Amino acid sequence: MTRALISQGPMPGDSAVPFVDMTADLAGVELPSPVLTASGCAAAGRELDQFFDITSIGAIVTKSVMLQPRSGRPTPRMAETPSGMLNSIGLQGPGIDRFIDHDLAWLADRGARTVVSIAGGTVDEYAKLAARLRIVRGVSAIEVNISCPNVEDRGQVFACDPNSAASVIQAVKRHSDPRMPIFAKLSPDVTDIVSIAASVVRAGATGVSVINTLLGMVINADTMRPHLAGVTGGLSGPAIRPVAVRCVWQIRQAFPDLPIIGMGGIRTGLDALEFVLAGANAVSVGTVVFHDPSAPLRIHEELQRALAERGFGSLADAVGYAHRPPDVTAEVDDDLDFITE
Amino acid sequence: MPVQVKGQVLDIRRAGAYQVLSLTAPGISELTRPGHFVTLGIGGEESSMLLRRAFAIHQVQSRGVYGGTLDVVIGVHGKGTRWLVDRRRHDPIDIVGPLGRPFVLPKERVACVLVGGGYGSAPLFMLAEQLRERGCRVDVVLGASTEEKLFGALELKRLASTLTITTDDGSLGERGRVTDVLPELMDRVDGAVVYACGPMPMLQRVAEVAQERQAYSQCAVEEAMACGIGVCMTCVLPIVGEDGVTRMLRSCAEGPVFRGDRVRWAEVGTIPPDTLGAPTEGGHR
Ligand SMILES: Cc1cc2nc3c(=O)[nH]c(=O)nc-3n(C[C@H](O)[C@H](O)[C@H](O)COP(=O)(O)OP(=O)(O)OC[C@H]3O[C@@H](n4cnc5c(N)ncnc54)[C@H](O)[C@@H]3O)c2cc1C
Ligand SMILES: Cc1cc2nc3c(=O)[nH]c(=O)nc-3n(C[C@H](O)[C@H](O)[C@H](O)COP(=O)(O)O)c2cc1C
Ligand code: FES
Repeated sequence: MTRALISQGPMPGDSAVPFVDMTADLAGVELPSPVLTASGCAAAGRELDQFFDITSIGAIVTKSVMLQPRSGRPTPRMAETPSGMLNSIGLQGPGIDRFIDHDLAWLADRGARTVVSIAGGTVDEYAKLAARLRIVRGVSAIEVNISCPNVEDRGQVFACDPNSAASVIQAVKRHSDPRMPIFAKLSPDVTDIVSIAASVVRAGATGVSVINTLLGMVINADTMRPHLAGVTGGLSGPAIRPVAVRCVWQIRQAFPDLPIIGMGGIRTGLDALEFVLAGANAVSVGTVVFHDPSAPLRIHEELQRALAERGFGSLADAVGYAHRPPDVTAEVDDDLDFITE
Repeated sequence: MPVQVKGQVLDIRRAGAYQVLSLTAPGISELTRPGHFVTLGIGGEESSMLLRRAFAIHQVQSRGVYGGTLDVVIGVHGKGTRWLVDRRRHDPIDIVGPLGRPFVLPKERVACVLVGGGYGSAPLFMLAEQLRERGCRVDVVLGASTEEKLFGALELKRLASTLTITTDDGSLGERGRVTDVLPELMDRVDGAVVYACGPMPMLQRVAEVAQERQAYSQCAVEEAMACGIGVCMTCVLPIVGEDGVTRMLRSCAEGPVFRGDRVRWAEVGTIPPDTLGAPTEGGHR
């Protein structure tokens, strides 16, 4: 009993994690680990650095930043739901200037790889954000959060319309350093996520991040009103994992070589493995950090072990492995069946 | 700096309407100051309740057979707190802490009044001890809806110069609210600082009473939290900064203890229009 009582970190007797090349290649960005944080679930890395070394994971994906400081929505901003949660934060943040001076500078000094997530209300705002980031150091890639209402199109969400999604990506591409990898973050709340992916790829996206939250709602049985002050919110956590895996699978099927960052409800290394097998080159870990602040590092180690157990020498070999053709032995059996008939 | 540890239940005992949960918490108890809180993982590793629950640290012991231990006082509210009070000795509990900014202690030997509503008295024990060690006079006011929901009256009586109790139903002490007796007490002891923990309306009134007397107030707020460590922005409330600008600050990271005169109590749950980055017309675009 006393051993369990004081145990911290890996249990005694745990063997070292077997060697697997965990390098993730996202079209030119090489990351030593395929595990990233998810935007909005790690702020700008400082807080999580208290729980694990943030330079040991693939990258910190920062909270989506806008041009101006932003207060976000009134509270309540969250509701716990079965194996997940709803959030309606409303992109509270310091604005790009303070973000660059305060957060990005800290991340660079700390030596963490950083993917900067940007968000805007108009195509022009995204363009300006990209232009601001062009002149700063310490950005490994830009993730474009297009799950924002387009004020110039009656609040229609960019990510839900192939043309608006494409115009945002085009603008970001045009105003960024030509070598800067651009990831378009897609919303699952669409009829055909593959056609949105096709549209952003045509517009110049280096890759895609899938998925953002699903729109949901909770009614409070006591007040008999919507629980969130923002009425609706984004659903995240293990509850959405099968939806996310399906999205990654569909996009990988349509684009055999497109860099994909998969996310949605990853809690363990085996969950991360599911995304990799479905076609993700890297994964982001979001809501589960609220449950377990050291989850990103733990998931990296669990994924490494899971890959080793399955005989993979490198992460790259496992990407999209679930798409392989049916096993040859099965065909031989069919032949035998045919002969004996 | 907070740490995450695998603790274990040492003991769980009833105290009126509450349960006091004692946990081994190596590495946390040593760093704890009055007003800090912990978050506890609920339902084990495969739990469908993903979000940790926050509790004020009631007592700590940093030495002894178990290394560091800590106590929290739990009022059953919903599924998560129900799960916690159903734990048994030796059950594992994942603990993160100490979290938040603790109470600020006065440099001089001034008179301090401590106000606790319901389980809000939990963090006041350590505070009273430390204030006493500094030579401060400590007077305590405890309030609850009914006698059962008062926590720790006997022990606080030992730590305080005076203890005043109020209950809404008059089952113990004076019938009424803590804030009914607070003004008179403040005047009598010439209170320089009020420390308060309890429901928001109580904190609002405490802050007003202090401000009317040009006394300081230190209020520990309770806002719904998803992460408890400052990464998600769910737990915000409008706070006026030293520059006079209102910002939506995280109660888990910049709080839970705030100066009472800095909180825009009446507007908690809203974004006051003059907040930094407030929406223009018709909400955020
Ligand atoms: C800093 C801080 C200190 C606290 N100290 C104590 C304490 O010492 N003793 C004690 O009994 N309680 C304390 N609470 C309140 C306690 O966290 C909630 O009662 C508990 O989270 C409710 O969980 P539940 O699953 O039982 O309720 P549910 O209603 O099922 O919870 C659903 C969700 O809402 C959140 N939630 C619901 N009510 C509250 C609330 N009042 N405050 C914060 N989050 C809430 C939960 O965390 C959970 O995510 C404190 C809260 C905070 C923020
Ligand atoms: C509290 C919270 C805030 C979020 N904020 C952002 C954000 O600012 N930008 C963004 O692109 N995604 C945001 N997301 C979505 C996550 O990055 C992620 O896509 C989604 O939550 C699914 O992953 P998960 O289930 O691992 O959390 C947020 C999610 C949560 C829970
Ligand atoms: S609870 Fe997440 S920032 Fe405070």
